[in-house]
Amino acid sequence: MSPSKNEDAARRVLVTGASGMLGGAVAQLLRDKGHHVRTFQRGSSASATDEVRGSLTDPQAVAAAVESMDAVIHLAAKVSFTGAWEDFAATNIAGTSNLLEASKRAGIRDFVFVSSPSVAHFGDSLAGAGAGEADPAKAHGFYARSKAAAELNALGADSPALRVTAIRPHVVWGPGDTQLVERVIQRAKAGRLPLLDQGAALIDTTYIDNAAAAIVRGLERMDHAHGRALVVTNGEPRPVGELIAGICKAGGAPAPKLNVPGWLARAAGSVIEKLWLAAGSRNLVHDEPPMTRFLAEQLSTAHWFDQRETHEVLDWKPAVGIDEGLEKLADHYQN
Amino acid sequence: MTELFPGVDAIYSKYLEVPSTSQVDSPGTRHRWHVLDNNEELKQRGIEPAGTLLCVHGNPTWSYLWRSLLNHVSEHGLPWRVVAVDQLDMGFSERSGKFRRLADRVNDLGDLTGALGLTGKITTVGHDWGGIISLGWAVSHPDQLENVVLTNTAIHPAGFELPAALKLASHPAVHGWGTKTSPAFLQVTHSLAQPALAPDIRKAFMAPYTNAEKREGVANFVADIPFSQDHPSRPALDEISEAVRFLKVPALMLWGPKDPVFSDRYLRDLMSRLPHAQVHRFEGSSHLVGEDNDIATPIFQWLAGEKSSKNTSRAQSLGEYRPMLAELDSRTEDQSAAVVDINPARSLSWAELGQRVNALAAGLRQIGVQAGDRVNLLVPPGIELTTLIYACLRLGAVIVVADAGLGTKGMGRAIKGAGPSYLIGIDRALTGARLFGWPGTRIAAGDLPAAKRKLLGVAHTLPELYEAGSQAASGSRVFEPSDPDADAAVLFTSGSTGPAKGVVYTHRELAAMRDTLRETYNLKAGSALVAGFAPFALLGPALGATSVTPDMDVTAPRTLTAAALADAALAVDATTVFASPAALANVLETQDALNQAQRETLEGVSLMLSAGAPIPEHLLAKVQDLVPNARVHTPYGMTEALPVTDIDLAGIRAAGAGNGVCVGTAVAGATVAIAPIDALGVAGDKPEYTPNATGEILVRAPHVKDRYDRLWITEQLSVSIPGWHRTGDVGHLDEQGRLWVEGRLGHVLRTAKGAITPVAAEHAVESVAGAGRAALVGVGPDGTQAAVVVMETVPAARKSGPAASDLARQVRAAVAATGTEVAAVLVVPSLPTDIRHNSKIDRAALAHWAAATLAGGRIRNP
Repeated sequence: MSPSKNEDAARRVLVTGASGMLGGAVAQLLRDKGHHVRTFQRGSSASATDEVRGSLTDPQAVAAAVESMDAVIHLAAKVSFTGAWEDFAATNIAGTSNLLEASKRAGIRDFVFVSSPSVAHFGDSLAGAGAGEADPAKAHGFYARSKAAAELNALGADSPALRVTAIRPHVVWGPGDTQLVERVIQRAKAGRLPLLDQGAALIDTTYIDNAAAAIVRGLERMDHAHGRALVVTNGEPRPVGELIAGICKAGGAPAPKLNVPGWLARAAGSVIEKLWLAAGSRNLVHDEPPMTRFLAEQLSTAHWFDQRETHEVLDWKPAVGIDEGLEKLADHYQN
Repeated sequence: MTELFPGVDAIYSKYLEVPSTSQVDSPGTRHRWHVLDNNEELKQRGIEPAGTLLCVHGNPTWSYLWRSLLNHVSEHGLPWRVVAVDQLDMGFSERSGKFRRLADRVNDLGDLTGALGLTGKITTVGHDWGGIISLGWAVSHPDQLENVVLTNTAIHPAGFELPAALKLASHPAVHGWGTKTSPAFLQVTHSLAQPALAPDIRKAFMAPYTNAEKREGVANFVADIPFSQDHPSRPALDEISEAVRFLKVPALMLWGPKDPVFSDRYLRDLMSRLPHAQVHRFEGSSHLVGEDNDIATPIFQWLAGEKSSKNTSRAQSLGEYRPMLAELDSRTEDQSAAVVDINPARSLSWAELGQRVNALAAGLRQIGVQAGDRVNLLVPPGIELTTLIYACLRLGAVIVVADAGLGTKGMGRAIKGAGPSYLIGIDRALTGARLFGWPGTRIAAGDLPAAKRKLLGVAHTLPELYEAGSQAASGSRVFEPSDPDADAAVLFTSGSTGPAKGVVYTHRELAAMRDTLRETYNLKAGSALVAGFAPFALLGPALGATSVTPDMDVTAPRTLTAAALADAALAVDATTVFASPAALANVLETQDALNQAQRETLEGVSLMLSAGAPIPEHLLAKVQDLVPNARVHTPYGMTEALPVTDIDLAGIRAAGAGNGVCVGTAVAGATVAIAPIDALGVAGDKPEYTPNATGEILVRAPHVKDRYDRLWITEQLSVSIPGWHRTGDVGHLDEQGRLWVEGRLGHVLRTAKGAITPVAAEHAVESVAGAGRAALVGVGPDGTQAAVVVMETVPAARKSGPAASDLARQVRAAVAATGTEVAAVLVVPSLPTDIRHNSKIDRAALAHWAAATLAGGRIRNP
């Protein structure tokens, strides 16, 4: 019997975090494929025809969200460089736990937990790395730590009744991205964007369409994917400086010229991060710090992954190459 | 399963009571021995052993040294019993309270094997002073002995200084403190490992020697080294080391040449006693050779029957064997020029060359040089070197040619590895020999002032040998013809892919190389050639061709100017030119300085051969313009097989662009096949001829090397497809049977999309405007490597780093056309290359550098 026979059947899928760039893309892709999509978020979602509004920390709202669904794709998370651990734990750990419990009770069949490679990698340079096991004790920063705990919990819940997979897209970017693309361009325009160690560190990234497609494939290939954590990237590692130059060009900003030693940026990142957290706790600042140790690590050490298992398990390859993605980004900024 | 020590399963450890018959003990004495023995494991698995390895450690180690042998047998389910003993007073065996001398220790070992009831065939395995003790057992148990294996040991110090380290350890002032009171001797020994031992391994080696009482045996062992004639253990040592000469069982020696104590000289001494032994020197390894390397795999491979490394299946030779000296001997009355030097100007006729060769051979014989002796020639190409070579061939002495192109360090390693008995050199070489302790009785190429002679430790000079020899010589008849299958020469690989390897040729194989050259290039006797590329130049007298050495610094091929080349050709009306690509590049750069007469001389050249390394077509085309009437050829080959294929400029143009460099078709007598590689770049074991299948290039020819020198493991790999030499190069054959070289096997990228050979991508990079030379390397784990271009630019970059976006984009596009996706493009001021050819890029080092650079952090130059 072919396990793929149901791959194309229309399903009822709950997507959490659909107000974000990636969640929105996942929801849209599911709809394009003819699935029924319900979204769950705190605010209202413009594109949604079926939505439940509420917080992950509210078990009742969560129960209402999973009601009559077949599958869940869980993207909602607190993503930030700043904030209190309690906030991360509440949303990312307890929220995921709520959703898993509700899913079990509601008889949900498949659960895709969208995670991050940072749950299993801890600041060392990575070259052709495998996914690795999530480790909350070693992960850097509140976000990665809380996601690691949540992923362990989710994969631990994998069973014949509720099948769970973890998909970990790495550095997602594309048109409409406010996290990475927009900041790079704004800072480059302001002349405040340095390269670390000449931007030589080889890093993997994921174009938005590919990340969304891989997450949906996780659901479609649940027979093979359940119980596993899979890192997803474009499979085209590039020197970080070249990527940033490409993004700048697409956004009409000058390429960065300033070169800063990586060690200095990491050290400075630590200091700025601490100052920002202290200032934030006294309500002096409300945005993200200009440099954190985590960001400096990301920009100055290699991060690229072995994609063979991902491609095999998902029976999928990224459709949009980096160069094509940069062209789409340029189109976006020109219009 | 419980581990007693890292890598030692408890099942192997056992104690037994053994009655002693050793002289030092009173009758009725019994000793408690500790051994590591896999007998129990074999029984449990129902395996009947084919034989037993009796492993004997030295001082100050213990049976732990041999754990890799026990584990190898266990992992592979092999039918070998391994018994590794702890000698008495050592390891976890009893402290006997007696001073045990060499004779006692040999007898002790016999007591133990008797008590163990070892029957059947025994292979002794020894290390350090355990080597001589194991051999002592071997010579006194001839009926049971099947093989001997030796690792860094010494059998006799006769004529040698005791190594400084041991001299110190045995000095009364420090002996007790260094070996017993403190663990200094143990610590120093453990620190010899290359790379350093892991802390837990070091701890395990130290475990039986944790206090002074336990170290009594260590101290006594050192005191028992029979370094003087009147030492009590000297008679036992003399007896064993002489008896070893009569051992005819197969022998294997595995050696770490960086050992400060048991250095190469002891290996050479052992080889002289066991001349049939197979030898592998692990370049860069030290005393604890079994810690530095996997010695278990080669030992069991050898035991499994591959005890001979003679290349048995050779290709059919081109006609009957004709000695290298035949041409010279047929021209004893010929007064025409045979060899000509330009600077200083000198020439010898065929008759004179024959006389000089015979005189020198006689002179060498008078000072004791015999057939089979190795003679290291450190003399620049020219008449002197040519005469020396043919004199050695005449005597049956083996020429060792380590050229300056290996660099001083590489040359030193090569010479020490080959271990010549004689070293003949110019001043600079003799200075190096003195400075770096290169082996061999020193013979100066020219006269020397007495003081300098003494300073350099020179025993003889060539003028003296000529003088003595010409009085004694009376033609070639006084010399026995050399055995065609005896060693004739040791040449060296360029060392661009690791330490240079010695390559041994027999007389028959050298003659085959000559015949192949003659047939391939139609080099008739009576023709004249310019010898700008050393290996082929040496063949001039054997071919019956007049050869001229141009005015150049041969250690730097780039010093050959167009005028020097023309002058050399003019001197002998040469119609053939041999040169290296680096030399030709300089010839092209200096061609404007040619005068009319010189130009006309070059117009008379009919064959131009660019040998030694690949040459780009555009350079070859310019060479063609310089020698318009010549066939411009470039052979492909390696030190192990010269040449393999050949192509001319027209052929290169006809072949056009493709995946790799088209090097043409096999030369006369040679056959080329391919062992296809899999997705991880691993070559198969079947020769195939399928067009366009990429794989390791295999060669079969009568002029393929006899073997690698003292590199038994390397040799086994190179002949693992019977009848073929594995070149380590990758490439494919096309529909016309032409060979395309795609790079080195070790340089294949192992990407997620399969194996990628580098050359096609590199050519694509080099076609981009502003690009210089390029190398494609893989970074990251096998099977998911990222392809990285490391390139030079024109003009050269000032520092290394990622390429500018525009250049990176162009390079990516160019390489994508060859089917390879490039992850990163790095620019460097210049790519590291070998010294000999200045063209072979060390891609392994470059890959390492690229991986470090792309990992992030401060960028250094490669």
